[in-house]
Amino acid sequence: MTNSKLIGALLASTVIAGAASAEDVTLTIESWRNDDLAIWQNEIIPAFEAEHPGIKLNFTPSAPAEYNAVLNSKLDAGSAGDIITCRPFDASLALFEAGHLADISDLDGMANFSPVAKSGWSTDDAATQFCVPMASVIHGFIYNKDAFAELGLEEPATEAEFFAALDKIKEDGSYIPMAMGTNDQWEAATMGYNNIGPNYWKGEEGRLALLAGDQKLTDEAWVAPYRQLAKWGDYLGDGFEAQTYPDSQNIFTLGRAAIYPTGSWEISGFNNLADFEMGAFYPPVQNAGDTCYISDHTDIGIGMNAATDNPEAAKTFLNWVGSSEFATIFANALPGFFPLSDAPVTLEDPLAQEFISWRGECESTIRSTYQVLSRGTPNLENETWNASVAVIKGEESPEDAGARLQEGLASWYAPQQ
Amino acid sequence: MSIARTNRFNTLAAHGALILYTLIALFPVFVIVINSFKNRRAIFREPLAMPNSETFSLIGYETVLKQGDFFLYFQNSMIVTVGSLFFILLFGAMAAFALAEYRFKGNTLMGLYLALGIMIPIRIGTVAILEMMVQTGLVNTLWALILVYTAQGLPLAVFILSEFMRQVSDDLKNAGRIDGLSEYRIFFQLVLPLVRPAMATVAVFNMIPIWNDLWFPLILAPAEEVKTLTLGSQVFIGQFVTDWNAVLSALSLAILPVMALYVIFSRQLIRGITSGAVK
Amino acid sequence: MSDQHHRPKFRWHIVVFLAPAVLVYTAVMIYPLFNTLRLSLFTEVDQERVYVGLQNFRRLFGETVWSDQFWNALGNNFWFFVIHMLVQNPIGIALAAILSHPRLRFAAFYRSAIFIPTILSFVIVGFAWKLILSPIWGIAPGMLDAVGLKSLYAPWLGKEAYALTTLSLVSVWQFVGIPMMLIYAALLSIPDEILEAAEVEGITSLSAFWKIKLPLILPSIGIISILTFVANFNAFDLIYAAQGALAGPDFSTDILGTFMYRTFFGFQLQLGDPHMGSTIASAMFAIILVGVCIYLFGIQSRMRRYQF
Repeated sequence: MTNSKLIGALLASTVIAGAASAEDVTLTIESWRNDDLAIWQNEIIPAFEAEHPGIKLNFTPSAPAEYNAVLNSKLDAGSAGDIITCRPFDASLALFEAGHLADISDLDGMANFSPVAKSGWSTDDAATQFCVPMASVIHGFIYNKDAFAELGLEEPATEAEFFAALDKIKEDGSYIPMAMGTNDQWEAATMGYNNIGPNYWKGEEGRLALLAGDQKLTDEAWVAPYRQLAKWGDYLGDGFEAQTYPDSQNIFTLGRAAIYPTGSWEISGFNNLADFEMGAFYPPVQNAGDTCYISDHTDIGIGMNAATDNPEAAKTFLNWVGSSEFATIFANALPGFFPLSDAPVTLEDPLAQEFISWRGECESTIRSTYQVLSRGTPNLENETWNASVAVIKGEESPEDAGARLQEGLASWYAPQQ
Repeated sequence: MSIARTNRFNTLAAHGALILYTLIALFPVFVIVINSFKNRRAIFREPLAMPNSETFSLIGYETVLKQGDFFLYFQNSMIVTVGSLFFILLFGAMAAFALAEYRFKGNTLMGLYLALGIMIPIRIGTVAILEMMVQTGLVNTLWALILVYTAQGLPLAVFILSEFMRQVSDDLKNAGRIDGLSEYRIFFQLVLPLVRPAMATVAVFNMIPIWNDLWFPLILAPAEEVKTLTLGSQVFIGQFVTDWNAVLSALSLAILPVMALYVIFSRQLIRGITSGAVK
Repeated sequence: MSDQHHRPKFRWHIVVFLAPAVLVYTAVMIYPLFNTLRLSLFTEVDQERVYVGLQNFRRLFGETVWSDQFWNALGNNFWFFVIHMLVQNPIGIALAAILSHPRLRFAAFYRSAIFIPTILSFVIVGFAWKLILSPIWGIAPGMLDAVGLKSLYAPWLGKEAYALTTLSLVSVWQFVGIPMMLIYAALLSIPDEILEAAEVEGITSLSAFWKIKLPLILPSIGIISILTFVANFNAFDLIYAAQGALAGPDFSTDILGTFMYRTFFGFQLQLGDPHMGSTIASAMFAIILVGVCIYLFGIQSRMRRYQF
């Protein structure tokens, strides 16, 4: 058995390598990361194929906005690729429960991940895993170092310092204090609420209490972030209501804004676009000396289509994704997407290194709305987008927003009833 | 004297109104195309300025052409569009002829049945269509797209063409029958050439949504070898969302072929439409 | 006539003429559509599909979580339609009337230029107008500034009060070529004798339009109205390309198409629900069917009298 396999492998890789390429197994990878197409084609795929002759990879991304609809349609019809890039939590859990994602708990590579890393792609009882954790993103603020130097500003550590800095930039007038718009909605929730929120609800402690029903969205810890967001509106550029996400990216990278509330995923794109030096700071705490909390969100996993014709090849690939080799390639090819494996990885990009260093200083948590709480109708994540926008625009008070979200959540989530 | 003056005034007013609306119609296209030839800073500093020696840049086009095989995408779009139009026109005209020419039980019902498709967006049938394409092995082939677009285009084609076929004179057809021509030859040799203008109308109205469709290529034929131009350029909009040079270049590349096709077909469209498509 | 001689014989050619169209249309369009609409009578419990009768419809109209969104989308959709009727069709008729003037020069050029937006994809239209109206790029504010009306500028797409109207006008901009072309055709097909007779009686061109041409093109206007209605209540792409599936700000641009898409296919963390999605699709189908029937049996039959 092993012998014949070995001979087969030898045959495939040496004797008829060129001619027999038609017999290679080709794995098709579904993904929403179309930004990463070049990195897969130029770095990740060649590295894997060099080590695993006989398996070819084909990376076929679609635009993020359509990914879920396209993937679900293809899985239902049976035309999806062998390897599925997994959104965290419920979207992938639903695919697993529908029998589309294979159980990969026993995969050797899974040993390299902590339970927290695996939580994004486990069943509710944490017994079964269906995707290999690939990357997380860390929230924070990127700033224009030149602008800060020009105005004599330092990285703010507390909320008071943060708003003092914003006031000073606004007074000076040569920079827009903060580059963010509300047109696309998600930034307000993702880069706003879930960026600054963990400092108030104390990261995992608050998040788990909310899940258990011990805290409510009307509690001070959950309303206070909205109170801070309500103050942001004054520091955003003119017409921020119609400003889109790409608008904000361009405003910041063209050097017209001083601070950009964001996540680490922007780093590689911004490195190519900005011609000034960038720095980063984590969400300022309420009082000097408070423990800081950061959103270190499990964002990308990768799993196996249960209906694949090539389960062995797919497992070989997934094991490789769990290896430290992949982690190193991936982390350095895409600074800002941080590998979740326990294997130590050195990052060459200084800005990415800055973000990842916060893991040592602060407590990590994930976005509050992702696990379980966006399972019902109304959908808490979508509602949070809506509420964050309304609060920033001053159309809803922080208290009203909290009450509305709590009412929606309680309407279907038993522990909150 | 005064009549001539009012006439001149009327002519001027007419040209004024038309020029104004033409500007409104072409302005956005103009903005996209000129900015696709400028460097990034110039796009933002003076979006309305023409590219000059200082701001001219082809960097966007370089990025786009490096990443995708736009000639292949263009070829795929052409095959799908032309193939679908061929089947829409052939099958549509045949069915329209049957409905317009013969009296048979269920004629009206059949007409209504064929019109039903105008009222529901075909997109909601996506999963069932995809399942069928998978079962028949047509997924990731251009045939899948051609079939869907043909089905989608038939209701309107039958509707418009049957109106036309009713106007073809009975004398001509009956003369053909007396000469012993079969019903098939009457259709292909006598009737079809007479409704050519109407066929052109149907072709233009169907061509636009087929060429521009994003949804079905994304679901049914996302593979690189069968990607259509619209899908190919949409990938860039997602991919280089901050790289506006590339986005604007991709958009310009998507606009130009369809404008060229339109210019080629527009003469037929006008002729078709003005010979009384919708009275 | 000739068919009567062959009465007893089965007329195979009718079958041959109809078969290809009916087969393709039934297999690729009608079957998948009804297979999907059927889902509105089912729901999913523990991965099993269960028949629930009309319960999904009861949810859609009875539970505020659903019904609020539905009525909001329906109301917005009506506003979207009203703007098309009040802006797109009158502009289309006016342009066609000017273009159909027999001695107008450059008519072919104007006609082609005005039709160009219609041939562009939604992706391009959405992106182009977002750029022009963007507060950042400054094309719209800059142009208003040049004519001294800077104060009129607002970030329209981001304001709940203006976003839907703005997008409706963008859609009007895109599709005005269609009514223009169809009315143009109708105007050209008015027999010259009628117009000449009017001229002899001294009717000037403007009143000739109101008194003679307009009544004659009423049937075309009727067809355009119903096509506009069907297209508007099936619309989805422009809103999706410009504002995304959540149809912001605060659902103020949500129309039935975006609501159905979001529910059917899911969005972000919201999982797709084909059952509620097809319930909404069935409701849309019913609305369009009612509209079309009102047109066919109420309006068109009355209009026939004016037809020449």
